[in-house]
Amino acid sequence: MTAYIVRRLLMLVPVFLAVSVVIFLIIHLIPGDPVDNLIKIGSGPEQRAAIVARYGLDRSLPEQYLIWLAGLLRGDLGTAIVAQRPVSTLIAQALPHSLALGGLSLLVSAGAGIVLGAVAMRYRDGPIDQAIMGGVLLGSTLPTFWLGLLMILLFSVVLGWFPVSGARTWSSLVLPVMTIGLAGTALVVRVTRIAMIEAAQKDFVLLLHAKGLSPSRIRLRHVLRHALTPVVTILALRIGWILGGAVTVEVVFARPGLGTLLIKALNQHDYPVVQACLLMLAMAVMLGTLVGDILQAAIDPRVRANLK
Amino acid sequence: MGLLEVDRLSVGIGRLTLLEEITFEVDRGEILGLVGESGSGKSLTALAIAGLLPLIGARVTAGAVRFDDTDLTRLDEYRLRKFRGRRIAFITQNPMTALDPLQPVGEQVDVVARLHLGLPADVARSRTIEILTQLRIPEAATIYRQYPHQLSGGMKQRVVIAMALAGEPDLIVADEPTTALDVTVQAQIIHLLTSLVRERGLALVLITHDMGVVAQCCDRVAVLYAGRLAEQQGVRSLFAAPAHPYTHALIDCIPKDGMARGSLTGIAGSVPSVAHFPSGCRFHPRCIGRQSVCEASVPAATALPGGAVACHFPLNGDARHG
Repeated sequence: MTAYIVRRLLMLVPVFLAVSVVIFLIIHLIPGDPVDNLIKIGSGPEQRAAIVARYGLDRSLPEQYLIWLAGLLRGDLGTAIVAQRPVSTLIAQALPHSLALGGLSLLVSAGAGIVLGAVAMRYRDGPIDQAIMGGVLLGSTLPTFWLGLLMILLFSVVLGWFPVSGARTWSSLVLPVMTIGLAGTALVVRVTRIAMIEAAQKDFVLLLHAKGLSPSRIRLRHVLRHALTPVVTILALRIGWILGGAVTVEVVFARPGLGTLLIKALNQHDYPVVQACLLMLAMAVMLGTLVGDILQAAIDPRVRANLK
Repeated sequence: MGLLEVDRLSVGIGRLTLLEEITFEVDRGEILGLVGESGSGKSLTALAIAGLLPLIGARVTAGAVRFDDTDLTRLDEYRLRKFRGRRIAFITQNPMTALDPLQPVGEQVDVVARLHLGLPADVARSRTIEILTQLRIPEAATIYRQYPHQLSGGMKQRVVIAMALAGEPDLIVADEPTTALDVTVQAQIIHLLTSLVRERGLALVLITHDMGVVAQCCDRVAVLYAGRLAEQQGVRSLFAAPAHPYTHALIDCIPKDGMARGSLTGIAGSVPSVAHFPSGCRFHPRCIGRQSVCEASVPAATALPGGAVACHFPLNGDARHG
């Protein structure tokens, strides 16, 4: 198992290099550059050339890439061209907010999703199931930015329970987490329910009943355990997504975060920041997949057997 | 009076009647073969005995399943569970899919004794290893810790049988326990089941479509066709003098020594589906001895010495059709 994890981590190195090339190319091939955001109105071409030269933007793309990569390997993410601060500082400010929001939403959607999915499966086709699946339909179709606004209206403006925006207190996390969590929950409920219904039709479940085990025990200890395999896959895929995918919610609640940082940097063509943000997101996706695979192996001995 | 008496049992799903007035009984130390082609209702009968019909959305519509003088069809789910796994054990068709792939096989056997006999974990564990050893599983302690995917089909079926024995049952219902296994292993498993019945005085309902297996080990045979009982007899008289043309045809499907190549015949046609059961005797479209009455009315069960047959024109020992 340890050997497997080490091997998987080593495999991330070439993937990391490939991703860094793609990210670098994408951002540099977009028309426009950060200098447009720096030069004062009315300044001449020689001033522009000076700034371009200062940030090494006059060199060839492979050169620029190698300089960036060399810095990266030293742990230096560079300095933001427009924001004029070290990229690492910008990321360090944004990341905790993203991690808190994303992590909590993931926990909420995993917990609530699995419980509700199991309940829906238990009372399949009954009124409880229909109520849950109705909620799921809402949760997966409502746009998060609109849902966020509705939440603010109800819980902050009318009821006054939580702050409208910002990220100063823990209570300001509640509404954004609920907003993102609802969509995730909807997805997990659906996957859990279907996977459980499918698992419940397997042959061995019949034999478990024939052994005289109680239906609830069969559902929780056997059927649910089987259903967790696809659920874990889905959740692992979302790990990467939650870091950067919460942009709209961050904007609605005026929260700092990686998503907001990325969008702002993209608008300004702030290459070092965009590259660093995208790299973080790509790493999160890769690590998420790895965590998902490890969890799969922990659940299923057949997967473990294939690792050797 | 037998240990298990299935008395005019009818089973339905929705408005369809899948089994009609099935009657047979089996006593301790006895093996009853339940035979018929696929779709004749054998597995359904097995599920009905174990009270597992609700799992497939079916229910008993009439009749009784009396086990040791208790009518199982009248018990609620909770009381039925005290029988399942404890007094009535179940062996399913395909050992490849009968075990939970995520759990070591030993624990899957343990749970029966822990649940029904209230044994603590360590006692249940050593008992499981003991049962596995009795079933001639080599290195039972190693097998105990293995997962189903690490075991061969025959080994898995032995684990399933161990699971059945763990509750010290009086009755085992085995639904085609050897169909998914290769021939040499089939013989071992059948031999194993037979010796368990003889040594421990268990009752066994052996569901199979293999008439060879029936001839080899069963004491009594009930032949099902399209959800009805065609014939029930002791195994010797059944093979010597089948009374129902269907039974006769089934026996004719067994290859025999000295048979000319290409002379093995099947039964023309196939078992009708539930939605299209023929009128009268359901076998009449495939029966070589059919007459107009066969199409018009359902034959009532008539007594035979030591059995019964449902046919308007039962065969007698020497006047065989064809």
